[in-house]
Amino acid sequence: MPELTFLQAISRGIWEEMEADPTVFLMGEDIGRYGGAFKVTEGFLDRFGPGRVIETPLAEEGFVGAAIGAAYVGMRPVVEFQFIDFIACAFDQIVNFACTSRYRWGQGVPLTIRGPWGGATKAGPFHSRNVEMWFAHSPGIKVVAPSTPADAKGLIKACIRDNDPCLFLEHKSLYRRLKEDVPDQSPPIPIGKARIVREGGDLTIVTYGLMVHRCLEALAELQGLSVELIDLRTIYPLDRAAVVDSVKKTSKIMVVHEDTRTGGIAGEIAAIVNEEAFEYLDGPVVRVTAPDTPVPSAPSMEEVFLPSVKDISEAARRLAAY
Amino acid sequence: MKANPATDAPPRALQLEMYYHLRLTRALDERAQILYRQGKVIGGLFSSLGQEAISVGSAFALDKGDYVGPMIRNSGTVLVRGHSARDVMSNYLAKATSPTGGKDNSQHFGDIARTGVVSCISMLGTLVPVMAGMALGARMKGEKRVAMTYVGDGAASTGDFYEGLVFASVQKLPLVVIIENNQYAYSTPTSKQSLLKNLADKSKAFGIPGYVGDGNDVLEVYAITKKCVDDAREGRGPQLIEFKTLRMRGHAVHDDASYVPPELFEEWKKKDPIARFERKLKLSGGEKEEIGARLKATVDDAVEFAETSPAPPGENAYKGVFEDDRIVQFTPWWKRDA
Repeated sequence: MPELTFLQAISRGIWEEMEADPTVFLMGEDIGRYGGAFKVTEGFLDRFGPGRVIETPLAEEGFVGAAIGAAYVGMRPVVEFQFIDFIACAFDQIVNFACTSRYRWGQGVPLTIRGPWGGATKAGPFHSRNVEMWFAHSPGIKVVAPSTPADAKGLIKACIRDNDPCLFLEHKSLYRRLKEDVPDQSPPIPIGKARIVREGGDLTIVTYGLMVHRCLEALAELQGLSVELIDLRTIYPLDRAAVVDSVKKTSKIMVVHEDTRTGGIAGEIAAIVNEEAFEYLDGPVVRVTAPDTPVPSAPSMEEVFLPSVKDISEAARRLAAY
Repeated sequence: MKANPATDAPPRALQLEMYYHLRLTRALDERAQILYRQGKVIGGLFSSLGQEAISVGSAFALDKGDYVGPMIRNSGTVLVRGHSARDVMSNYLAKATSPTGGKDNSQHFGDIARTGVVSCISMLGTLVPVMAGMALGARMKGEKRVAMTYVGDGAASTGDFYEGLVFASVQKLPLVVIIENNQYAYSTPTSKQSLLKNLADKSKAFGIPGYVGDGNDVLEVYAITKKCVDDAREGRGPQLIEFKTLRMRGHAVHDDASYVPPELFEEWKKKDPIARFERKLKLSGGEKEEIGARLKATVDDAVEFAETSPAPPGENAYKGVFEDDRIVQFTPWWKRDA
């Protein structure tokens, strides 16, 4: 079984789908000879040729629109954004054209949009953003954000096979940091299912992406506290049952995300818990999130911006003691 | 580039079909205006009055398997491509029997498999990259299909227009883009969109051919479009055409177009595409009668069909966002059994 980094797992997942299905093809900037800004598509041009690895002009709205058109005639495009922040340049094609397509005229769009996402790489305000809620709030697209190589491989496959638009978010600070044995030809992992990373009885922590790993670090410091850690894996559709079942067991819940606070998924989860498990709660639903600011460049400021291991463990202790 | 239409006029049978579709487009538009004033049209009503020749002439230049992305004033295009008058009318009225089942309205519908028509959205220019992608997908599958779409003089200012044509040109895709220059984008004259005398000169930015034609001459529209469609199909890459015309009503029914100088309307009224084509065609008494009867039957049937069709069931609002409807199904707390 090969040991794969997070990045290699994504790459292998796409590769296996392209081997299996001739309608799967790639579009994006610098994805050919150069192999993409982070090298996710290195070697793809040699194997699949320029007909299926299409290097695009610097025109995000244009190539996302073209991907939608190709999807309309039976292809399964996988579009790369060099950094997911640039998805804003293609917002209209995604939220107005692709997201509404099946609803308004019955024409599904089997489109996968993927790209490096998130902070903790000192990349500043335009290469660190958390874009997930722009799309979670636009009916018609699924939003997926894995935190391990195995999940990344299984979920990119599920996105490519899905008959609706999917946004696949790759935390770039995990690209080369994580390694895991992931079997060849591994099956897709269903979109919309959370993963219980660790079972516990005192407190539920819900998170996703890089923050799964910061929460695991925090857990190591929280000796004596039995924490149930849930990795959402999919932001939309949200696995409401996994969250509600857990809080019914633990009676306390906090949500951790590196996305900014207002309108983040933590608010939605708090509302779900409030409606579905109000009488089970023994404390407030707590949020640990980034502040409502752009992502700052200087490491000293980015450290403050992002929820830290210390923030998470402090919040967990306070909530546990409530 | 100056227009270089094919010298041979199309056979009379085809010309008669063009004439019928020009008349059908106008007749449906006139009936829709009445239905709108009766409060029966859902959403806005965007007239194609005076511009019918561009839709009809260009649509006849396509082959059966080609793809086309019309705008809201291109009901002529969808009729030529095989959508029925019932489709047009029922979608205006957002009925259950309409092509979108009432999910969308206006000229927003299509059927890729049957007619090759792609439904547009209100954000103009968006179809340029999408149609480029359809041409790309078809080419990847080894098919020689052409994709065609329209923008107005306004939408020729959008990023989508440029980005779609940039992509299509470097990929040498079989894409034909028609700029339907009707001189006004809502109330904004073309002089506030561009300093160019001919918007077709934008083709130079992409290194592709650009043509200018008389949008009120259906045979010229057909000939120029046919040449471009043939060239695109033969691998000569995207083609840009500007057809000049005038929007003969306001942006939509609510707009009286008081900002358009009356003498401009007078000038273009003389160039009416249907009257001009009639002078050329010299219809026989029998032809006139036959077309008149066919028109009346088709339009009456479409209006009756649309008016008597049921509204879509309200609960359909929850359906069709995703392939799996369960994703959006949710019973709010306050609606559940206590």
